[in-house]
Amino acid sequence: MLSEIIKYFQTSSGEYFTYLEQHLWLSFSALIISMIIALPIGYLGSRNKFVAAFCQTFSQLLRIIPSLALLFILIPFIGTGFIPALISLVVLALPPLIVNTILGFNEVPQTFSEVGLSLGMNQFQLLKQISFPLALPYILNGIKLALVEIIASATLATYIGAGGLGTLIFTGLGLYKMQYVVIGAVSVALLSLISMWLMDFLIRKAEKHDKNNY
Amino acid sequence: MTKTIINFSNVSKKYGKNEIISDLNFTVNEGEFVTVLGSSGSGKTTTLKMINGLEKPTSGKIIVDTHELDKCDLVELRRHIGYVVQSVGLFPHMTIADNIAVTPKLLGWDKEKIDRTVDQLLDLVSLKSEEYKNRYPGQLSGGQQQRVGLARALSTNPPLLILDEPFSALDAIIRQNLQQEIKALHQKLENKTFFFVTHDINEALYLGDRVMIMNHGKIEQFDKPEKIVANPATDYVKKLIATVRQNKKLWEEFK
Repeated sequence: MLSEIIKYFQTSSGEYFTYLEQHLWLSFSALIISMIIALPIGYLGSRNKFVAAFCQTFSQLLRIIPSLALLFILIPFIGTGFIPALISLVVLALPPLIVNTILGFNEVPQTFSEVGLSLGMNQFQLLKQISFPLALPYILNGIKLALVEIIASATLATYIGAGGLGTLIFTGLGLYKMQYVVIGAVSVALLSLISMWLMDFLIRKAEKHDKNNY
Repeated sequence: MTKTIINFSNVSKKYGKNEIISDLNFTVNEGEFVTVLGSSGSGKTTTLKMINGLEKPTSGKIIVDTHELDKCDLVELRRHIGYVVQSVGLFPHMTIADNIAVTPKLLGWDKEKIDRTVDQLLDLVSLKSEEYKNRYPGQLSGGQQQRVGLARALSTNPPLLILDEPFSALDAIIRQNLQQEIKALHQKLENKTFFFVTHDINEALYLGDRVMIMNHGKIEQFDKPEKIVANPATDYVKKLIATVRQNKKLWEEFK
Protein backbone atom coordinates (compact mmCIF):
# COMPACT_ATOMS: atom_id res chain seq x y z
CA MET A 1 0.00 0.00 0.00
CA LEU A 2 2.69 2.47 1.09
CA SER A 3 4.78 1.76 -1.99
CA GLU A 4 1.73 2.32 -4.18
CA ILE A 5 1.09 5.65 -2.52
CA ILE A 6 4.71 6.68 -3.05
CA LYS A 7 4.50 5.54 -6.65
CA TYR A 8 1.38 7.67 -7.18
CA PHE A 9 3.17 10.76 -5.97
CA GLN A 10 6.21 9.94 -8.12
CA THR A 11 4.18 9.56 -11.28
CA SER A 12 1.18 11.84 -10.88
CA SER A 13 1.96 14.51 -8.31
CA GLY A 14 0.91 17.11 -10.90
CA GLU A 15 -2.57 15.61 -10.99
CA TYR A 16 -2.69 15.53 -7.18
CA PHE A 17 -1.85 19.19 -6.87
CA THR A 18 -4.46 20.09 -9.47
CA TYR A 19 -7.10 18.33 -7.35
CA LEU A 20 -5.79 19.97 -4.20
CA GLU A 21 -5.85 23.37 -5.83
CA GLN A 22 -9.41 22.83 -7.10
CA HIS A 23 -10.49 21.75 -3.65
CA LEU A 24 -8.91 24.73 -1.91
CA TRP A 25 -10.12 27.20 -4.52
CA LEU A 26 -13.69 25.91 -4.26
CA SER A 27 -13.60 25.89 -0.45
CA PHE A 28 -12.14 29.36 0.02
CA SER A 29 -14.36 30.99 -2.59
CA ALA A 30 -17.36 29.47 -0.85
CA LEU A 31 -16.10 30.68 2.53
CA ILE A 32 -15.44 34.24 1.37
CA ILE A 33 -18.80 34.56 -0.38
CA SER A 34 -20.72 33.11 2.57
CA MET A 35 -18.90 35.50 4.93
CA ILE A 36 -19.81 38.49 2.78
CA ILE A 37 -23.45 37.40 3.01
CA ALA A 38 -23.55 36.15 6.61
CA LEU A 39 -21.68 38.81 8.59
CA PRO A 40 -23.98 41.75 7.72
CA ILE A 41 -27.05 39.53 8.23
CA GLY A 42 -25.67 38.41 11.59
CA TYR A 43 -25.06 42.01 12.64
CA LEU A 44 -28.60 42.94 11.66
CA GLY A 45 -29.87 39.86 13.48
CA SER A 46 -28.21 41.00 16.70
CA ARG A 47 -30.04 44.31 16.50
CA ASN A 48 -33.41 43.15 15.21
CA LYS A 49 -35.39 40.34 16.81
CA PHE A 50 -37.39 39.64 13.65
CA VAL A 51 -34.26 39.09 11.54
CA ALA A 52 -32.80 36.90 14.31
CA ALA A 53 -35.90 34.68 14.47
CA PHE A 54 -35.93 34.33 10.70
CA CYS A 55 -32.24 33.35 10.67
CA GLN A 56 -32.73 30.75 13.40
CA THR A 57 -35.56 29.07 11.51
CA PHE A 58 -33.60 29.17 8.26
CA SER A 59 -30.54 27.62 9.93
CA GLN A 60 -32.49 24.83 11.55
CA LEU A 61 -34.19 24.06 8.28
CA LEU A 62 -30.85 23.84 6.51
CA ARG A 63 -29.43 21.48 9.11
CA ILE A 64 -32.11 18.91 8.32
CA ILE A 65 -31.14 18.80 4.63
CA PRO A 66 -28.06 16.60 4.06
CA SER A 67 -25.24 18.29 2.15
CA LEU A 68 -25.39 15.70 -0.62
CA ALA A 69 -29.06 16.45 -1.23
CA LEU A 70 -28.29 20.13 -1.37
CA LEU A 71 -25.61 19.49 -4.00
CA PHE A 72 -27.97 17.56 -6.20
CA ILE A 73 -30.99 19.77 -5.82
CA LEU A 74 -29.45 22.51 -7.98
CA ILE A 75 -28.61 20.31 -10.97
CA PRO A 76 -32.03 20.64 -12.69
CA PHE A 77 -31.77 24.42 -12.46
CA ILE A 78 -28.18 25.30 -13.30
CA GLY A 79 -26.62 22.00 -14.36
CA THR A 80 -23.31 20.70 -13.10
CA GLY A 81 -19.85 22.16 -12.53
CA PHE A 82 -18.12 24.71 -10.36
CA ILE A 83 -20.91 27.26 -9.92
CA PRO A 84 -23.66 24.95 -8.58
CA ALA A 85 -21.14 23.36 -6.23
CA LEU A 86 -20.09 26.82 -5.05
CA ILE A 87 -23.69 27.88 -4.47
CA SER A 88 -24.55 24.81 -2.41
CA LEU A 89 -21.38 25.14 -0.32
CA VAL A 90 -22.19 28.80 0.37
CA VAL A 91 -25.69 27.83 1.48
CA LEU A 92 -24.22 25.14 3.74
CA ALA A 93 -21.80 27.58 5.36
CA LEU A 94 -24.38 30.26 6.10
CA PRO A 95 -26.04 28.78 9.23
CA PRO A 96 -22.95 28.43 11.45
CA LEU A 97 -21.70 31.84 10.31
CA ILE A 98 -24.96 33.69 10.90
CA VAL A 99 -25.78 32.00 14.20
CA ASN A 100 -22.33 32.64 15.64
CA THR A 101 -22.23 36.23 14.40
CA ILE A 102 -25.56 36.97 16.10
CA LEU A 103 -24.32 35.24 19.25
CA GLY A 104 -21.05 37.19 19.17
CA PHE A 105 -22.70 40.60 18.92
CA ASN A 106 -25.27 39.67 21.56
CA GLU A 107 -22.52 38.64 23.96
CA VAL A 108 -20.97 42.12 23.90
CA PRO A 109 -22.09 43.56 27.25
CA GLN A 110 -24.60 46.41 27.05
CA THR A 111 -22.32 48.55 29.22
CA PHE A 112 -19.62 48.65 26.56
CA SER A 113 -22.05 49.91 23.93
CA GLU A 114 -23.35 52.53 26.35
CA VAL A 115 -19.87 53.66 27.31
CA GLY A 116 -18.86 53.73 23.65
CA LEU A 117 -21.82 55.96 22.81
CA SER A 118 -21.17 58.11 25.87
CA LEU A 119 -17.58 58.68 24.78
CA GLY A 120 -18.97 60.13 21.59
CA MET A 121 -18.89 57.28 19.07
CA ASN A 122 -21.45 57.09 16.31
CA GLN A 123 -22.97 53.71 15.39
CA PHE A 124 -20.30 52.90 12.82
CA GLN A 125 -17.42 53.79 15.13
CA LEU A 126 -19.04 51.73 17.88
CA LEU A 127 -19.25 48.74 15.55
CA LYS A 128 -15.70 49.10 14.29
CA GLN A 129 -13.92 49.85 17.55
CA ILE A 130 -15.98 48.02 20.16
CA SER A 131 -18.68 45.58 19.05
CA PHE A 132 -16.81 43.87 16.22
CA PRO A 133 -13.51 43.29 18.06
CA LEU A 134 -15.37 41.94 21.10
CA ALA A 135 -17.61 39.73 18.97
CA LEU A 136 -14.65 38.51 16.91
CA PRO A 137 -13.85 35.30 18.87
CA TYR A 138 -17.43 34.09 18.32
CA ILE A 139 -17.39 35.09 14.67
CA LEU A 140 -14.08 33.27 14.16
CA ASN A 141 -15.62 30.22 15.77
CA GLY A 142 -18.44 30.42 13.23
CA ILE A 143 -15.88 30.70 10.44
CA LYS A 144 -14.11 27.62 11.81
CA LEU A 145 -17.30 25.53 11.79
CA ALA A 146 -18.21 26.80 8.32
CA LEU A 147 -14.75 26.07 6.95
CA VAL A 148 -14.67 22.51 8.23
CA GLU A 149 -18.15 21.92 6.86
CA ILE A 150 -17.17 23.35 3.48
CA ILE A 151 -13.95 21.34 3.16
CA ALA A 152 -15.75 18.11 3.99
CA SER A 153 -18.70 18.79 1.70
CA ALA A 154 -16.46 19.93 -1.15
CA THR A 155 -15.39 16.29 -1.38
CA LEU A 156 -18.91 15.42 -2.45
CA ALA A 157 -18.90 18.25 -4.98
CA THR A 158 -16.96 15.91 -7.27
CA TYR A 159 -20.28 14.21 -7.93
CA ILE A 160 -21.57 17.28 -9.72
CA GLY A 161 -18.39 17.82 -11.65
CA ALA A 162 -16.57 20.41 -9.58
CA GLY A 163 -13.36 18.39 -9.28
CA GLY A 164 -11.29 18.47 -6.13
CA LEU A 165 -9.87 15.77 -3.89
CA GLY A 166 -13.19 13.89 -4.00
CA THR A 167 -12.26 12.89 -7.55
CA LEU A 168 -9.41 10.79 -6.17
CA ILE A 169 -11.67 9.06 -3.67
CA PHE A 170 -14.41 8.26 -6.14
CA THR A 171 -11.97 7.19 -8.85
CA GLY A 172 -10.28 4.90 -6.33
CA LEU A 173 -13.61 3.43 -5.31
CA GLY A 174 -14.63 2.90 -8.92
CA LEU A 175 -11.36 1.27 -10.00
CA TYR A 176 -10.83 -0.48 -6.67
CA LYS A 177 -7.50 1.29 -6.20
CA MET A 178 -7.39 1.82 -2.47
CA GLN A 179 -4.26 3.99 -2.58
CA TYR A 180 -6.33 6.69 -4.34
CA VAL A 181 -9.01 6.52 -1.66
CA VAL A 182 -6.44 6.77 1.12
CA ILE A 183 -4.60 9.68 -0.46
CA GLY A 184 -7.84 11.56 -1.08
CA ALA A 185 -9.39 10.86 2.31
CA VAL A 186 -6.24 11.63 4.31
CA SER A 187 -5.69 14.87 2.38
CA VAL A 188 -9.24 16.05 3.13
CA ALA A 189 -8.87 15.10 6.80
CA LEU A 190 -5.54 16.96 6.99
CA LEU A 191 -7.04 20.04 5.36
CA SER A 192 -9.85 20.05 7.90
CA LEU A 193 -7.44 19.60 10.78
CA ILE A 194 -5.05 22.31 9.63
CA SER A 195 -7.86 24.79 9.11
CA MET A 196 -9.22 23.96 12.58
CA TRP A 197 -5.84 24.52 14.20
CA LEU A 198 -5.35 27.73 12.31
CA MET A 199 -8.75 29.05 13.38
CA ASP A 200 -8.20 27.97 16.99
CA PHE A 201 -4.93 29.88 16.97
CA LEU A 202 -6.68 32.99 15.63
CA ILE A 203 -9.49 32.66 18.19
CA ARG A 204 -7.01 32.43 21.08
CA LYS A 205 -5.24 35.47 19.73
CA ALA A 206 -8.46 37.45 19.39
CA GLU A 207 -9.73 36.73 22.90
CA LYS A 208 -6.38 37.08 24.63
CA HIS A 209 -7.36 40.16 26.59
CA ASP A 210 -11.12 39.71 26.73
CA LYS A 211 -11.29 37.03 29.37
CA ASN A 212 -10.88 38.86 32.67
CA ASN A 213 -13.49 41.44 32.00
CA TYR A 214 -16.48 39.29 31.22
CA MET B 1 -23.46 85.27 38.30
CA THR B 2 -23.28 81.49 38.29
CA LYS B 3 -23.94 79.70 35.06
CA THR B 4 -26.45 76.88 34.82
CA ILE B 5 -24.98 73.76 33.23
CA ILE B 6 -27.85 71.28 33.60
CA ASN B 7 -31.50 72.26 33.47
CA PHE B 8 -34.39 69.79 33.67
CA SER B 9 -37.87 71.22 33.27
CA ASN B 10 -41.00 69.08 33.61
CA VAL B 11 -39.11 65.96 32.57
CA SER B 12 -40.87 62.62 32.76
CA LYS B 13 -39.93 59.19 31.50
CA LYS B 14 -42.19 56.21 30.91
CA TYR B 15 -41.43 52.66 29.87
CA GLY B 16 -44.78 51.57 28.50
CA LYS B 17 -47.22 52.34 31.28
CA ASN B 18 -44.51 52.31 33.91
CA GLU B 19 -43.59 55.82 34.98
CA ILE B 20 -39.95 55.93 36.09
CA ILE B 21 -39.57 59.68 36.35
CA SER B 22 -42.46 62.05 36.93
CA ASP B 23 -42.22 65.80 36.43
CA LEU B 24 -38.59 66.38 37.33
CA ASN B 25 -37.40 69.96 37.72
CA PHE B 26 -33.92 70.97 38.81
CA THR B 27 -30.87 72.96 37.81
CA VAL B 28 -27.19 72.37 38.45
CA ASN B 29 -24.73 75.25 38.41
CA GLU B 30 -21.33 75.24 36.81
CA GLY B 31 -18.59 74.00 39.14
CA GLU B 32 -20.93 72.22 41.55
CA PHE B 33 -20.41 68.72 42.88
CA VAL B 34 -23.92 67.30 42.96
CA THR B 35 -24.57 63.86 44.38
CA VAL B 36 -27.80 62.01 43.65
CA LEU B 37 -28.91 59.61 46.35
CA GLY B 38 -31.61 57.01 45.93
CA SER B 39 -32.31 53.31 46.17
CA SER B 40 -32.47 51.13 43.07
CA GLY B 41 -35.55 51.92 41.04
CA SER B 42 -35.63 55.52 42.25
CA GLY B 43 -34.86 56.77 38.75
CA LYS B 44 -31.43 58.18 39.56
CA THR B 45 -29.56 56.28 36.86
CA THR B 46 -32.26 57.09 34.31
CA THR B 47 -31.89 60.77 35.24
CA LEU B 48 -28.14 60.53 34.70
CA LYS B 49 -28.52 58.80 31.35
CA MET B 50 -30.92 61.50 30.18
CA ILE B 51 -28.16 64.08 30.66
CA ASN B 52 -26.07 62.62 27.83
CA GLY B 53 -29.02 61.39 25.82
CA LEU B 54 -28.62 57.65 26.36
CA GLU B 55 -32.23 57.79 27.52
CA LYS B 56 -34.75 60.14 25.95
CA PRO B 57 -37.38 61.80 28.12
CA THR B 58 -41.02 61.03 27.30
CA SER B 59 -41.85 64.66 27.86
CA GLY B 60 -40.17 67.81 29.16
CA LYS B 61 -37.05 69.72 28.25
CA ILE B 62 -33.40 69.14 29.13
CA ILE B 63 -30.72 71.74 28.55
CA VAL B 64 -27.06 70.82 29.02
CA ASP B 65 -24.49 73.60 28.71
CA THR B 66 -26.79 75.75 26.50
CA HIS B 67 -27.64 72.80 24.20
CA GLU B 68 -31.24 71.64 24.05
CA LEU B 69 -30.91 67.86 24.01
CA ASP B 70 -33.63 67.04 21.51
CA LYS B 71 -32.25 69.55 19.03
CA CYS B 72 -28.48 69.13 19.25
CA ASP B 73 -25.98 66.64 17.87
CA LEU B 74 -25.72 64.06 20.66
CA VAL B 75 -22.53 62.46 19.34
CA GLU B 76 -20.76 65.81 19.44
CA LEU B 77 -22.19 66.71 22.86
CA ARG B 78 -21.16 63.39 24.44
CA ARG B 79 -17.53 63.99 23.46
CA HIS B 80 -17.59 66.88 25.92
CA ILE B 81 -19.28 65.10 28.81
CA GLY B 82 -17.12 62.74 30.88
CA TYR B 83 -18.82 59.45 31.71
CA VAL B 84 -17.90 56.96 34.44
CA VAL B 85 -19.89 53.82 35.28
CA GLN B 86 -19.94 51.35 38.14
CA SER B 87 -18.76 48.41 36.06
CA VAL B 88 -15.91 50.69 34.89
CA GLY B 89 -16.54 49.77 31.28
CA LEU B 90 -12.92 49.86 30.22
CA PHE B 91 -12.72 48.15 26.85
CA PRO B 92 -10.91 44.84 27.51
CA HIS B 93 -9.30 44.63 24.07
CA MET B 94 -7.60 48.04 24.33
CA THR B 95 -4.60 49.05 26.39
CA ILE B 96 -4.98 51.59 29.19
CA ALA B 97 -3.53 54.30 26.94
CA ASP B 98 -5.93 53.41 24.11
CA ASN B 99 -8.87 53.40 26.49
CA ILE B 100 -8.08 56.91 27.66
CA ALA B 101 -7.45 58.03 24.09
CA VAL B 102 -10.83 56.91 22.69
CA THR B 103 -12.48 60.32 22.59
CA PRO B 104 -9.33 62.30 21.71
CA LYS B 105 -8.89 59.98 18.72
CA LEU B 106 -12.52 60.51 17.70
CA LEU B 107 -11.82 64.24 17.82
CA GLY B 108 -8.78 63.75 15.61
CA TRP B 109 -6.05 64.99 17.96
CA ASP B 110 -2.48 64.41 16.81
CA LYS B 111 -0.50 61.58 18.37
CA GLU B 112 1.83 63.78 20.36
CA LYS B 113 -1.02 65.63 22.06
CA ILE B 114 -2.77 62.34 22.85
CA ASP B 115 0.40 60.84 24.39
CA ARG B 116 0.93 63.93 26.49
CA THR B 117 -2.71 63.90 27.68
CA VAL B 118 -2.55 60.20 28.61
CA ASP B 119 0.60 60.79 30.67
CA GLN B 120 -0.88 63.82 32.42
CA LEU B 121 -4.18 62.10 33.20
CA LEU B 122 -2.59 58.93 34.57
CA ASP B 123 -0.43 61.17 36.72
CA LEU B 124 -3.55 63.04 37.88
CA VAL B 125 -5.20 59.80 39.07
CA SER B 126 -1.93 58.67 40.73
CA LEU B 127 -0.98 55.87 38.36
CA LYS B 128 2.56 55.67 36.96
CA SER B 129 2.16 56.21 33.24
CA GLU B 130 5.24 54.20 32.22
CA GLU B 131 4.09 51.24 34.25
CA TYR B 132 0.43 51.16 33.33
CA LYS B 133 -0.24 52.69 29.94
CA ASN B 134 0.61 49.59 27.91
CA ARG B 135 -1.23 47.15 30.14
CA TYR B 136 -4.70 45.77 29.49
CA PRO B 137 -7.64 46.43 31.87
CA GLY B 138 -7.74 42.77 32.90
CA GLN B 139 -4.29 43.18 34.45
CA LEU B 140 -5.39 45.94 36.82
CA SER B 141 -7.18 45.78 40.17
CA GLY B 142 -10.72 47.12 40.53
CA GLY B 143 -9.53 50.34 42.16
CA GLN B 144 -6.89 50.93 39.49
CA GLN B 145 -9.44 50.28 36.76
CA GLN B 146 -11.75 52.87 38.24
CA ARG B 147 -8.89 55.39 38.34
CA VAL B 148 -8.37 54.76 34.64
CA GLY B 149 -12.12 55.13 34.12
CA LEU B 150 -11.90 58.53 35.75
CA ALA B 151 -8.87 59.50 33.65
CA ARG B 152 -10.76 58.50 30.51
CA ALA B 153 -13.74 60.63 31.52
CA LEU B 154 -11.41 63.62 31.85
CA SER B 155 -9.64 63.01 28.53
CA THR B 156 -11.13 65.92 26.62
CA ASN B 157 -11.15 68.23 29.63
CA PRO B 158 -14.96 68.30 29.66
CA PRO B 159 -16.83 70.92 31.70
CA LEU B 160 -19.23 68.25 32.99
CA LEU B 161 -18.66 64.76 34.38
CA ILE B 162 -21.48 62.32 35.03
CA LEU B 163 -20.66 59.39 37.29
CA ASP B 164 -22.98 56.42 37.82
CA GLU B 165 -22.13 54.72 41.13
CA PRO B 166 -18.45 54.66 40.21
CA PHE B 167 -17.21 53.28 43.52
CA SER B 168 -19.96 50.92 44.63
CA ALA B 169 -18.26 47.74 43.40
CA LEU B 170 -15.04 48.50 45.30
CA ASP B 171 -14.13 47.40 48.80
CA ALA B 172 -14.42 49.85 51.69
CA ILE B 173 -10.82 51.04 52.02
CA ILE B 174 -10.22 51.63 48.33
CA ARG B 175 -13.61 53.28 48.09
CA GLN B 176 -12.78 55.73 50.83
CA ASN B 177 -9.41 56.55 49.25
CA LEU B 178 -11.05 57.24 45.93
CA GLN B 179 -13.76 59.34 47.56
CA GLN B 180 -11.14 61.56 49.14
CA GLU B 181 -9.24 61.75 45.87
CA ILE B 182 -12.22 62.62 43.74
CA LYS B 183 -13.19 65.37 46.17
CA ALA B 184 -9.65 66.77 46.02
CA LEU B 185 -9.72 66.39 42.24
CA HIS B 186 -12.93 68.38 41.97
CA GLN B 187 -11.40 71.20 44.01
CA LYS B 188 -8.21 71.10 41.95
CA LEU B 189 -9.95 71.20 38.59
CA GLU B 190 -11.71 74.52 38.71
CA ASN B 191 -15.16 75.00 37.26
CA LYS B 192 -15.85 71.35 36.56
CA THR B 193 -19.32 70.11 37.33
CA PHE B 194 -19.67 66.60 38.76
CA PHE B 195 -23.03 64.82 38.69
CA PHE B 196 -22.48 61.78 40.87
CA VAL B 197 -25.10 59.06 41.39
CA THR B 198 -24.81 56.80 44.43
CA HIS B 199 -26.91 54.69 46.78
CA ASP B 200 -24.53 55.23 49.71
CA ILE B 201 -25.80 58.01 51.98
CA ASN B 202 -22.38 58.61 53.57
CA GLU B 203 -20.78 58.94 50.15
CA ALA B 204 -23.52 61.30 49.02
CA LEU B 205 -23.27 63.57 52.06
CA TYR B 206 -19.47 63.52 52.12
CA LEU B 207 -18.91 64.36 48.46
CA GLY B 208 -21.80 66.60 47.48
CA ASP B 209 -21.86 70.39 47.55
CA ARG B 210 -25.55 69.70 47.16
CA VAL B 211 -27.34 66.38 47.53
CA MET B 212 -30.38 65.37 45.51
CA ILE B 213 -32.42 62.69 47.23
CA MET B 214 -34.66 60.75 44.87
CA ASN B 215 -37.43 58.27 45.56
CA HIS B 216 -39.91 56.74 43.10
CA GLY B 217 -38.90 59.10 40.31
CA LYS B 218 -39.35 62.26 42.34
CA ILE B 219 -36.97 64.60 44.12
CA GLU B 220 -37.56 64.40 47.87
CA GLN B 221 -35.03 67.06 48.75
CA PHE B 222 -32.22 68.89 46.91
CA ASP B 223 -30.06 70.92 49.24
CA LYS B 224 -26.71 71.30 50.98
CA PRO B 225 -25.79 68.23 53.05
CA GLU B 226 -25.82 70.08 56.40
CA LYS B 227 -29.29 71.47 55.65
CA ILE B 228 -30.61 68.04 54.74
CA VAL B 229 -29.36 66.60 58.02
CA ALA B 230 -30.71 69.57 60.02
CA ASN B 231 -34.05 69.87 58.22
CA PRO B 232 -35.12 66.69 56.45
CA ALA B 233 -37.98 67.74 54.18
CA THR B 234 -39.98 64.53 53.97
CA ASP B 235 -40.56 61.28 55.83
CA TYR B 236 -38.37 59.42 53.38
CA VAL B 237 -35.42 61.71 54.05
CA LYS B 238 -36.01 61.43 57.80
CA LYS B 239 -35.89 57.65 57.50
CA LEU B 240 -32.66 57.85 55.51
CA ILE B 241 -30.98 60.06 58.09
CA ALA B 242 -32.25 57.76 60.83
CA THR B 243 -30.39 54.81 59.28
CA VAL B 244 -27.12 56.68 59.72
CA ARG B 245 -27.90 57.43 63.36
CA GLN B 246 -28.82 53.77 63.82
CA ASN B 247 -25.44 52.72 62.46
CA LYS B 248 -23.69 55.22 64.68
CA LYS B 249 -25.44 53.76 67.71
CA LEU B 250 -24.24 50.33 66.73
CA TRP B 251 -20.65 51.56 66.68
CA GLU B 252 -20.99 53.20 70.05
CA GLU B 253 -22.29 49.95 71.54
CA PHE B 254 -19.09 48.24 70.44
CA LYS B 255 -16.90 50.76 72.24
